Amino acid sequence: MTAKRNLESIGGAPATAGAAPAPARESRGADARPTLMTGPANRAQPIEHGGRNPGTPLDLDAVRSIHVNRSAVERRAATIPTRRTVKKEWQAAWLLRAITLIDLTTLAGDDTPGNVRRLCAKARRPLRDDLERSLGAAELSIQVGAVCVYHALVPTAVEALAGSTIPVAAVSAGFPAGLSPLEQRIDEIHASIAAGAREIDIVITRSHVLTGNWHALYDEVKAFRTACGEAHMKAILATGELGTLNNVARASVVAMQAGADFIKTSTGKEGVNATLAFALVMARMIREYKDLTGFGVGFKPAGGIRGAKNVLEYMYLMKDELGDRWLRPELFRIGASSLLTDIERQLEHFVTGRYAAAHRMPMP
Amino acid sequence: MQPLTGCQCPNDMSSVAEIFESLEYGPAPESDKEALSWLGKHERVFGHFIGGHWTEPRETFDVSNPATRALLARVSQGTASDVNAAVAAARAALPSWRALTPHARARWLYALARGVQKHSRLFAVLESMDNGKSIRETRDIDIPLVARHFYHHAGWAQLLDAEFPGYQGVGVVGQIIPWNFPLLMLAWKVAPALAAGCTIVIKPAEFTPLTALLFAELAADVGLPAGVLNVLTGDGDTGKLIVDHQDVDKIAFTGSTEVGRAIRRATAGSGKKLSLELGGKSPFIVYDDADLDSVVEGVVDAIWFNQGQVCCAGSRLLAQEGIATKLEAKLRARMETLRVGSSLDKAVDMGAIVAPVQLERIRGLVRQGVDEGARMWQPSWACPTEGYFYPPTLFTDVAPSSTIAQVEIFGPVLVSMTFRTPEESVALANNTPYGLAASLWTENINLALDIAPKLKSGVVWVNSTNLFDAAAGFGGYRESGFGREGGREGMFEYLTVERAAAEDATAKSATANGATAGGTTSEHRSRPATTAQQPPIDRTPKLFIGGKQVRPDSGYSRQVVAPNGDLLGEVGEGNRKDIRNAVEAAHAAYRTWSKATGHNRAQILYYIAENLAGRGEEFADRIARVTGADAASATREVDTAVSRLFTYGAWADKYDGAVHSVPIRGVAIAMNEPIGVLGIACPNEFPLLGLISLIGPAIATGNTVIAVPSEPYPLSGTDFYSVLETSDVPDGVVNIVSGAKDALAKTLAEHDDVEGTWYFGTREGVKAVELASASNMKRTWASWYARDWLDARHGEGREFLREATQVKNIWVPYGE
Repeated sequence: MTAKRNLESIGGAPATAGAAPAPARESRGADARPTLMTGPANRAQPIEHGGRNPGTPLDLDAVRSIHVNRSAVERRAATIPTRRTVKKEWQAAWLLRAITLIDLTTLAGDDTPGNVRRLCAKARRPLRDDLERSLGAAELSIQVGAVCVYHALVPTAVEALAGSTIPVAAVSAGFPAGLSPLEQRIDEIHASIAAGAREIDIVITRSHVLTGNWHALYDEVKAFRTACGEAHMKAILATGELGTLNNVARASVVAMQAGADFIKTSTGKEGVNATLAFALVMARMIREYKDLTGFGVGFKPAGGIRGAKNVLEYMYLMKDELGDRWLRPELFRIGASSLLTDIERQLEHFVTGRYAAAHRMPMP
Repeated sequence: MQPLTGCQCPNDMSSVAEIFESLEYGPAPESDKEALSWLGKHERVFGHFIGGHWTEPRETFDVSNPATRALLARVSQGTASDVNAAVAAARAALPSWRALTPHARARWLYALARGVQKHSRLFAVLESMDNGKSIRETRDIDIPLVARHFYHHAGWAQLLDAEFPGYQGVGVVGQIIPWNFPLLMLAWKVAPALAAGCTIVIKPAEFTPLTALLFAELAADVGLPAGVLNVLTGDGDTGKLIVDHQDVDKIAFTGSTEVGRAIRRATAGSGKKLSLELGGKSPFIVYDDADLDSVVEGVVDAIWFNQGQVCCAGSRLLAQEGIATKLEAKLRARMETLRVGSSLDKAVDMGAIVAPVQLERIRGLVRQGVDEGARMWQPSWACPTEGYFYPPTLFTDVAPSSTIAQVEIFGPVLVSMTFRTPEESVALANNTPYGLAASLWTENINLALDIAPKLKSGVVWVNSTNLFDAAAGFGGYRESGFGREGGREGMFEYLTVERAAAEDATAKSATANGATAGGTTSEHRSRPATTAQQPPIDRTPKLFIGGKQVRPDSGYSRQVVAPNGDLLGEVGEGNRKDIRNAVEAAHAAYRTWSKATGHNRAQILYYIAENLAGRGEEFADRIARVTGADAASATREVDTAVSRLFTYGAWADKYDGAVHSVPIRGVAIAMNEPIGVLGIACPNEFPLLGLISLIGPAIATGNTVIAVPSEPYPLSGTDFYSVLETSDVPDGVVNIVSGAKDALAKTLAEHDDVEGTWYFGTREGVKAVELASASNMKRTWASWYARDWLDARHGEGREFLREATQVKNIWVPYGE
């Protein structure tokens, strides 16, 4: 297998830029860089596709050749928050960007049209007007990435978001355990789309991963993808229930081969939800898949991301592991609910210099 | 960029919208305020810290920040009188420091650990400014490890009497540390020394003295008794004054192999204990079933940690051929996302190179690499220009014969080579004079645990790299130095066996065991005329090499004369070529003997004892006739020798390693590995027991041996080879070359393929052996002190086993 890394798409920008005076840096071709030779990596670049991942045939070689070393992954994951940070206007700008990545979510048994409408209102106006103005963000059209609800609440959300460009995402296909009959799960996807959902978050059958039944997993996800049609499909792997990071990686690869538009960590209902280690493993698989096929698959961590600092850590990971394309809602979402309020608090602190209170932010 | 009108915020708000689109990282500076304030408090000029006081600054030189070139402070160049004063202060403080209870010393170490933690950010910032390394590293790695080291050694201080009975602190120690981990190297040196009850004169590197000075202030603040810790600043000249000082009992040095070699020579014959942690060109081996994305991060932590200025940096990437191209592509992609910049920026991966001279060295070697035809690659971004920066650099198509594959670059430069099989990976990994560390990556535990013991290095990291902890020893094989820092093995570097009185063996040797005279002679003697009907059959002791009795290459023999003047026999006059042949035989034997099981080696040692005991009377008679000892003491020597062989038969399967408690999910396995091929020059006294006391521990632990038997009484040694021949000892495991001891010992010590030399004889001989050993930095154990070989407390046991082995720490993180 030849590595086909497209270097142009990875980072590559100067390390320092922005409003602060950039320190002087060596000009290219200074004596410290006698020659710049490019290796075989640049010989065969895959065409980079902007479009949806069409999937590939099931490639079991790719699944079986996966090796994930847990300790090493955890060491790398642990230094992502310590190697990177953003301060002052950089932090404010990154947090504004984070808002646009949020799939603002409510997935509770006691959801009603009332609280879903409230959530949708917040999705349209995620930032207090005065904060938005102070940040110079009025022209940026800040809105969340999507609103994510159970199938039953899709019509309410669609109605509440009418006139906006915010899509409604439905958790369909037997969320959260995914153990109802396959036909019913497929029917649920059809029903959600019919009700106006433009994005579908499906759950995989964990048992297929735990028993190594990759054909079954592939067929299942592919069937969901077919059912989704034009709707974008996020495949929830429920990483906290897959036992090992190797399984997380294998499930990621099979889901992408089966045509997932996004791979997503968790339902929010598992004992362990999104972690940087899971995110790192999945991001690496996304990179591998892109190198092989040229298609960019999105990533969505979900569950337990409550703090602004926390979401920035995921953004560092995306930027450094996958590149800036993965800092846009097209390829990166964060499943969260209370996160938005914490981001608002941090932004208000940035504007006023005072620590902020949650009760001053309109609740979702 | 127009600021919004009415904005109350000092920041330029319009940039938020720009950054929202660009999503660049911005500056994230750590404040240098407190560090500058501390420097200001000292008016940015420092004297030495001697005897609890600061001296007047004199002969100062500049210390600057390599990331900004800004002058930080001026410090004093330590002179001979400064060194004399510091050593005198340490000597004066020694008796009362040594007399403290272990618990009292533990309290001091605990206070230092707490002090480092309390001022951790000041230490981290100051270190970053002084050295140029990133604040992330000083904050998250260097300083926490410093505190950890003092905590751990507070523990050793507390347990000293219980865990090291019969040992005491070596005395006044001189310590010379490098600039790459200034405070961490101080901790590695100071903590075990204090725990062992030593007093200290330490010299930080001239580029990076500031945190050592801050530490001296901390020591004063916590009330460490005056003179226990003395900090002298200065360059290599000051270091040399410490090394050469007559009243220093031990030198501990971390730095280049070149300087380490000079220190080995300078201290030869001085009786100073020595530990050296030197350079490396450590392999980073990647097998085709490794987690390649994690490997890439491992490389980042190996060679782009501290700008590659790490003695154990994984600087030689050895990738299995089938995955090499893919791995290199992944590395290039990762290199593009590394960030180099101000050392106080909290979001950089790499800071500045310590000094212009080091930057020039890196540039020169990189140019040489390109000139020699290797392919060089650097990321597309550029380094800042205001300080001394160098970008991460990858060389591919590198041959083992190219300069950059052999020389320690000490910069962020990785050279990459490929291998085909595990066997070839070991050959390439070991194809270096160094042996500090190695990193190996595979998901196959069978492979990992097979390869780790085969690597010639003091540390092996499995699926990880650059892991350090106070509980695990760190130190090298080969020309990467000797001695360990950290763990139980590290404590021994600052301890010495308590002996009642050290006597010079030179005077005693001839009379040991009640012997009165006799020995080999150059004066010609004739055999006494015999009255028997026929003469005795002439016996010809030969050399014993590779399991065969061979005539000496020289074709000469030396006569052995009884105390009464009678000619007792003639032994071969071994020479350089005999040594050469014996070393080759020992190497051939080492391949299997070092892998033989402890049980197997034990059986052979017991069998030697059995066969020696069967000929006990003959051996006793020989000792008596040769040395003039009385029959009872000759018999006692033989009996003790038999018992000693039993001792090492017993030890052969019991000299276990350890599993260190390191703070990871995993284990650090401390394995006692044989040194290799050992040259052993036996004491003159106790011609049989001396020989057996030394070859016993050597072969019990898996070494193979070239022994030079007692020079005046070699016949016990030559008699002994017939015992070896009948005891299933594999050919070449023990080789015996008789002749002029000092000359043969020197040849052994000079031999680049001998890994260790033991010598028991005169002070001049010790000096010659230690001097010659510097050629390949082989381990030496050389003594001119008389030793009571009959006394088991001094003639056998762990001290001998420790000298016969070196500890390899294998770090194995686990978890699926």
